[in-house]
Amino acid sequence: MAQLIALFLCRCRPPDVVVFPRCVEEVSALAKVCHKHRLPIIPFGTGTGLEGGVGAMKGGVCFSLRNMEQVLDLHPEDFDVTVEPGVTRKTLNAYLRDTGLWFPIDPGADASLCGMAATSASGTNAVRYGTMRENVINLEVVLADGSVVHTAGKGRRPRKTSAGYNLTNLFVGSEGTLGIITKTTLRLYGIPEAMVSAVCSFPSVQAAVDSTVQTLQAGVPIARIEFLDDVMIDACNRFSSLSYPVTPTLFLEFHGSEQSLEEQVKTAEDITQSNGGSDFQWARDTETRNRLWKARHDAWYAALALRPGCKAYSTDVCVPLSRLPQIIVETKEDLIENRLTGPIAGHVGDGNFHCLMVVDPNDPEEMHRVHLFTERLARRALAMDGTCTGEHGVGLGKRALLCEEMGPVGIQVMQSLKDALDPNNLMNPGKILQREEP
Amino acid sequence: LSCKVLSSVVTPCYCFVSPQIRVKPDNTGVVTDGVKHSMNPFCEIAVEEAVKLKEKKLIKEVVAVSCGPQQSQETIRTALAMGADRGIHVDVSGKDYENLGPLQVSKILAALAKQEDAQLILLGKQAIDDDCNQTGQMTAALLDWPQGTFASEVSLEGDKINLVREIDGGLEHIKINTPAVITADLRLNTPRYATLPNIMKAKKKKIVTVKPADLGVDVTSRLEVLKVEEPPQRQAGMKVETVEDLVVKLKEAGRV
Repeated sequence: MAQLIALFLCRCRPPDVVVFPRCVEEVSALAKVCHKHRLPIIPFGTGTGLEGGVGAMKGGVCFSLRNMEQVLDLHPEDFDVTVEPGVTRKTLNAYLRDTGLWFPIDPGADASLCGMAATSASGTNAVRYGTMRENVINLEVVLADGSVVHTAGKGRRPRKTSAGYNLTNLFVGSEGTLGIITKTTLRLYGIPEAMVSAVCSFPSVQAAVDSTVQTLQAGVPIARIEFLDDVMIDACNRFSSLSYPVTPTLFLEFHGSEQSLEEQVKTAEDITQSNGGSDFQWARDTETRNRLWKARHDAWYAALALRPGCKAYSTDVCVPLSRLPQIIVETKEDLIENRLTGPIAGHVGDGNFHCLMVVDPNDPEEMHRVHLFTERLARRALAMDGTCTGEHGVGLGKRALLCEEMGPVGIQVMQSLKDALDPNNLMNPGKILQREEP
Repeated sequence: LSCKVLSSVVTPCYCFVSPQIRVKPDNTGVVTDGVKHSMNPFCEIAVEEAVKLKEKKLIKEVVAVSCGPQQSQETIRTALAMGADRGIHVDVSGKDYENLGPLQVSKILAALAKQEDAQLILLGKQAIDDDCNQTGQMTAALLDWPQGTFASEVSLEGDKINLVREIDGGLEHIKINTPAVITADLRLNTPRYATLPNIMKAKKKKIVTVKPADLGVDVTSRLEVLKVEEPPQRQAGMKVETVEDLVVKLKEAGRV
């Protein structure tokens, strides 16, 4: 209870000081000062994380990295680029326009790429392009004592390696608790020759999710497959003045050459129709596609608009694909039974979905019901071999769930790594791992 | 309308990835070292419109033109990757390039339009580094052609062009004869991205380099930049407790 309320009501836990270093040497020097005086260090990219990652629970020094905003070392032939923390994903893609390359990972916010590495972010097209874990080749990290480490060796960017421990992926997802990321080398992809999007309505959640699973099992390299339940579609219709049928819906996107698109689409359409899906509503040109996806991207605002004056909190569980139909159906039953507003939108292609819980922050009873619901949901996912957080991270609110997910030995290993790299617990204290406070 | 050639101008402009523009210490201009050059966004829209017209088979050929130093060719390559057929690079470098302004560019375009027997010139409405918004208009005047500026919709009807212009008061619908000059505004279209396969194909398309003198154009500038300064630093604000205090403070500052 305390953690969910903390997220809502404990709105701002500001640091004592904010510094704006302009280069890794300054970050290192500042970290040394903090280390000497045992001051907590809170790295800050764009502050768009969803799990309280930048809250300074014990005060301390916030390192705002927004002035380090260079795109360095682009190698189009090698499909890699190195960026500093002030570069956001949209800025990078605008920079890359002329090269025919893009960085596809697109979480909702225009987030800092180094921040995305810190939270192991994901987006709507992870089903085809993966998440940050698969797309970070190297990191430059400043550790708690000010030393600077290059996780794959300085300047190195081979497409694969088996050299030593995988330090890069140790820091990806560490949410600022092991070091400050000051550079990330990213894997780029060719901009697809052609893209086609479609919307398909289904008579039931089961039909929509079955179609997702079958499409993937058929080997269609689908780029985006987003699920919206009837409550979500209704909210989107109202918010964006649309008229989609109010039933479970899939938003699909296919990338490839013109020929490969035809094949992908045919296979997907056969599958959806065999599950009772409607005819596809198509969008081929950029403007129509953008309009189609805007409805999905505005889901958060559409959900909030259902109950003006309320706040929203997003759940984030992820399960193996085969368990998806069951978990969504059970979750919807839970929502209805407990009279909760929780439209569902999600990246079903990864087995990941979000309930956008719309709740009145001044109603403690409703807050309590929401909190219990989110715990049940997380445990439901864990029971199905899944995870309590597919893409948002652990932050403050999911530390207890992480213990359940990993088990005591797993947590102990994580704690040992934390103790090795940050024995004084200065790096973003209170996140990911719970420490027994004396 | 069977257009023989559609000339599309692509202005290479300074694309600042970061919003931090720095004035040179000698106040003669803005620091451009290490700053990425990209196609001007409005020119991208112009190229996109040209390529769309070609895809609809309303015009025959799209020629991308850029005036500048060697690296302007990269901008032309982007236009070729978007679907332009060939490129013309008008080589202007060094001091000439620093002083190159709308009047000289429009003289160059007018000369090229005559040389290529173009029926339509499509440009971006303005470059985002100098915001002049003059080249299209001057080119039309030099050629004595009609102009449709700030276009948000373009359609060809026989040998005339229907245009919707975005103006302060709303939307203006006009019909102009060809040959004509059109400048593209933001909402005309959403430019396509250059994809890798198209970039590869573009390498085989031709870019011809000419000098302004070859076109009979003198690029000497009649303007001299005296000084470039940063805007004054923003002063700290002040909070007051009551409306009365506010009025007193405004009077003290001589504002009322």
